[in-house]
Amino acid sequence: MTEFLQHVVNGVSLGTIYALIALGYTMVYGVLKLINFAHGDVYMASAFAGFYVASALGVRDDPTIGKALLVFLGAMAAAAALGFAIERFAYRPLRDRPRLTALITAIGVSFLLEYGFQLPSLQAQGRTFEEVLRGWGWGVPGWLHALVGALPADFPPGPTPRFFPEPFTRVDWTVLGGVHVSNYDLVSFLVAVGFMLVLQWIVYRTRFGRAMRAVSFDPRVAGLMGIPVNRVISLTFVLGSVLAAVAALLVAGSRPRIDPIMGLMPGLKAFVAAVFGGIGNVPGAMLGGIVLGLAEEMVAGYMVSSFRDGIAFAILILVLLLRPEGLLGRVTVEKV
Amino acid sequence: MGRARLVLRSVAPFLLSLPVLWLLQRASPPDVSIVLVSIAVNVILAVSLNVVNGFTGQFSIGHAAFMAVGAYTAALLTTGLADVQLLGLGEGASDGVIFLLALVAGMASASLAGLAVGIPSLRLRGDYLAIVTLGFGEIIRVVIENTRALGQATGISGLPAHTNVIWAGMGVVATVVMARRLLLSTQGRALLAIREDEVAAEAMGVDTVGWKVRAFVISAAFAGLAGALLVHKIQLVTPRMFTFVKSMEVVVMVVLGGMGSITGSIVAATVLTVALEWLRGLDQYRMVIFSMLLIVLMLTRPTGIFGTREIWEAVPRWLRRRGGAA
Amino acid sequence: MRAARAVALLAASVALVGCQGKKPEAEAPAKAAPAQAPAGDRILVGHIGSMTGQEATFGQSTDNGIKLAIEQWNARGGVKGKPITLRTYDSQGKPEEAAVAATRLVVNDKVNLLLGEVASSRSLAMAPVADANGTPMITPSSTNPRVTKDKDKVRPYVFRVCFIDPFQGTVMAKFARERKIDRVAILRDVGNDYSMGLADFFLAKFKELGGTIVDDQSYKAGDQDFKAQLTAIKNKNPQAVYVPGYYTDVALIARQARELGMKQPLLGGDGWDSAKLYEIGGKAIEGSFYSNHYSPDDPSPRIQEFVKAYQARFGSVPDGLAAQGYDAAMVGFDAMSRAPSLSGSDVRDAIAATKGYPGVTGIITIDENHDAVKPAVVLEVKDGKSVFVSTVAP
Repeated sequence: MTEFLQHVVNGVSLGTIYALIALGYTMVYGVLKLINFAHGDVYMASAFAGFYVASALGVRDDPTIGKALLVFLGAMAAAAALGFAIERFAYRPLRDRPRLTALITAIGVSFLLEYGFQLPSLQAQGRTFEEVLRGWGWGVPGWLHALVGALPADFPPGPTPRFFPEPFTRVDWTVLGGVHVSNYDLVSFLVAVGFMLVLQWIVYRTRFGRAMRAVSFDPRVAGLMGIPVNRVISLTFVLGSVLAAVAALLVAGSRPRIDPIMGLMPGLKAFVAAVFGGIGNVPGAMLGGIVLGLAEEMVAGYMVSSFRDGIAFAILILVLLLRPEGLLGRVTVEKV
Repeated sequence: MGRARLVLRSVAPFLLSLPVLWLLQRASPPDVSIVLVSIAVNVILAVSLNVVNGFTGQFSIGHAAFMAVGAYTAALLTTGLADVQLLGLGEGASDGVIFLLALVAGMASASLAGLAVGIPSLRLRGDYLAIVTLGFGEIIRVVIENTRALGQATGISGLPAHTNVIWAGMGVVATVVMARRLLLSTQGRALLAIREDEVAAEAMGVDTVGWKVRAFVISAAFAGLAGALLVHKIQLVTPRMFTFVKSMEVVVMVVLGGMGSITGSIVAATVLTVALEWLRGLDQYRMVIFSMLLIVLMLTRPTGIFGTREIWEAVPRWLRRRGGAA
Repeated sequence: MRAARAVALLAASVALVGCQGKKPEAEAPAKAAPAQAPAGDRILVGHIGSMTGQEATFGQSTDNGIKLAIEQWNARGGVKGKPITLRTYDSQGKPEEAAVAATRLVVNDKVNLLLGEVASSRSLAMAPVADANGTPMITPSSTNPRVTKDKDKVRPYVFRVCFIDPFQGTVMAKFARERKIDRVAILRDVGNDYSMGLADFFLAKFKELGGTIVDDQSYKAGDQDFKAQLTAIKNKNPQAVYVPGYYTDVALIARQARELGMKQPLLGGDGWDSAKLYEIGGKAIEGSFYSNHYSPDDPSPRIQEFVKAYQARFGSVPDGLAAQGYDAAMVGFDAMSRAPSLSGSDVRDAIAATKGYPGVTGIITIDENHDAVKPAVVLEVKDGKSVFVSTVAP
């Protein structure tokens, strides 16, 4: 029984990660009908943003609540800027084109972030550049040398995994005779539920939410009705990216290894979770994430762990075949 | 069109390309030939995926899985029959026949896999179909990694190096002939109708699910062929070669070339393979430049290089126009 | 009807090719047979590594180690008075890319020595290329026995400077039994041939020595969460857990095991060797054991000098892969300087004759299977570094 409860706790904790990322996915999809493949990489980039802020503040040696708040704010701001830029420059020009076209740029953006973050640091690149100049027999001007020295030695981070300091101290509790739960699991879950409720409120109870729904229904008509379509879409992207940043920090805080491709698999799984719950549906993303996490956990714990991903996907396919619109999705009747 | 002419149209490309390929094979050193083979494999993949994604307008992102099925089937056959000598044939001919059998078996098993995935999942639409194909890709990989007979993570090594430019080139010709003949046939029209408007197509009496499954099966078969050809060039088959990333690469080729354009797929697959090879010396910067190129290309030419046009439609028109002007 | 005809046609036409295809094939080795002439007044070394992708950190470490070896030789005037240049190609962690890159390096760039890859699955794609073109190849860290073997025959041009899976798996099994550990659970990386190989040989040897394997679980590299497997393992109550993976995952596994209240030591292999293990693993990894080629706190000057030089050049502590890359290059250059000429076959013979070469990762002798024979050490993680425990001879 203890083992089962522990599996449930683990499964929910894993599912929470998926759910947090899936919420952002589903928001963007709901409005744009675009699978934002770069979402997982925004998640990665914001983890690194948090990492840089934390290093600058010295969180590792002396974590305080104030610093933790700054780390979160910094990462969220970076993610918001990144999300805004991606939408503005990579997706907006293609908005009237077939959706697959935007999907390819999404893949391009995703590759750019993944591989860009794997490059050697700017300082190292600058030094290589100076060496090349010397190799050609050219001198290196003093200002250039000074500039290279001033470049951040840590960005891009390169492929080596980094240690992410805990933004707030981890506490482990043992409950019910041997089930281990940590404050990170609890906080993550509460944050996810909180975000779900807030998003639901935004979508159904605010002016902005009504505008979002209108854009989702038909962008052109929404524009004719005086809704600032571009601004709504930008804001949705920013919102989704901020969610990814929060997810990234909560995950990195309790699983302190970050690297440039950390967003690939969670991004994919979160996409699956979002579709599973009914893509575009906020509580669906939450539910999909938790169910996927629990399914993986139970397969790994009680069946063969090497089939973990395989069986998770098999269950997903079965559910989709029986209920093609996802768990909470609404059946859309196709009209001519 | 006469029957003889039809047959000729299907056979002629093979006969015409044979001497060309033979010369290419003789003339190219090993480094060129391996690049030529990888171009050929990518062309087969892109053109065959175009049948589903481009002609039929469905969205499959699990092409690598069918590649894997074909590759493993063929690899098992050629390694299992490595010491078998067919009666009445020389050693070379015997190996050739066995390899041919292996390729056909690879195509057959991949098409069976395509059928197994296609029948249930093609009732789904859009992103849901994408998820199912993606999931199937993962499942195949997990199954391979857990099967001792397939060598688990290490895979099967020591395959005979059968694939050369001629075999790979013939694979390309077969794929292109298939795609072209399909596109110009009544079946092809049905697929295009599904792409343009599924509801309308159904209303017009097109068996949409049936045609989608058929397109899927054909596409899977040729993905299996590509897989089988590839692994007999590099003499190794491992699950690592058939990941989600590989599937995405093929999708990129199809969209970049223009959805539904066979010429576009061929050009995009060739250009991308050559570009990546050319950028190889750039180390870590290679993929960064590649992804920027991808974004810029899509932004400047959103319909892909060729849109839905084909070279055999564009060239005569262009010639006519030039003729008219002169 | 039409479809049937098309299939028949296709079969017939490809069959036609089948008979044609063999002829040029047979001529290919003959064309490649004349060993390549050395590329003039410099020595070119090719390295294939995963410089990008999931295993980029391993590829870049290896590349750094090779760079350091080349710079040291060049500072001494190069090999046979010729400077050495390095050309690195990225394999992106894909076997098919490794095969193409190897062909390009060997045929187009005409390298004198081919180095690479970390993963056996990619070295296996490179090995036939090296063999067919008569270019010697040394793999720094591909441990699968099949890399240097083509079925039962030893590949003439392929060598390695690392352990093979059977040896390392056996070492840890023996060590565990010596420590009176009877019940062990295994947690392996199912997508990684290195991890699978080590786990298989550990399992066989451990059972043979009278131990019990209570559970055999697996994970996938890059996973964030290992608690499902660990909870299942915890319930079987083993005395130790064998985790033959890379440090990137092991650090997280150790943390999560402690979070679940597991106090057992973890056991592992040379994939653990990195400062990152202690940094990310923190207190959780303390008290665990792993087998390795060398101990970084070994006072012998050649190891200390390497660690110092590497730190000065790249600003970080070398991991095991950097040391192996360094040794692979060093063994190659040592052989080149001994070889009568730089032709492929001469260099190959010189590499095969390597005996008692004092590398960073141990005294390396190449045996008749082209594998490196060197003793393994078992290290314990203590106070954020690894401490020597015992030496196990091959």
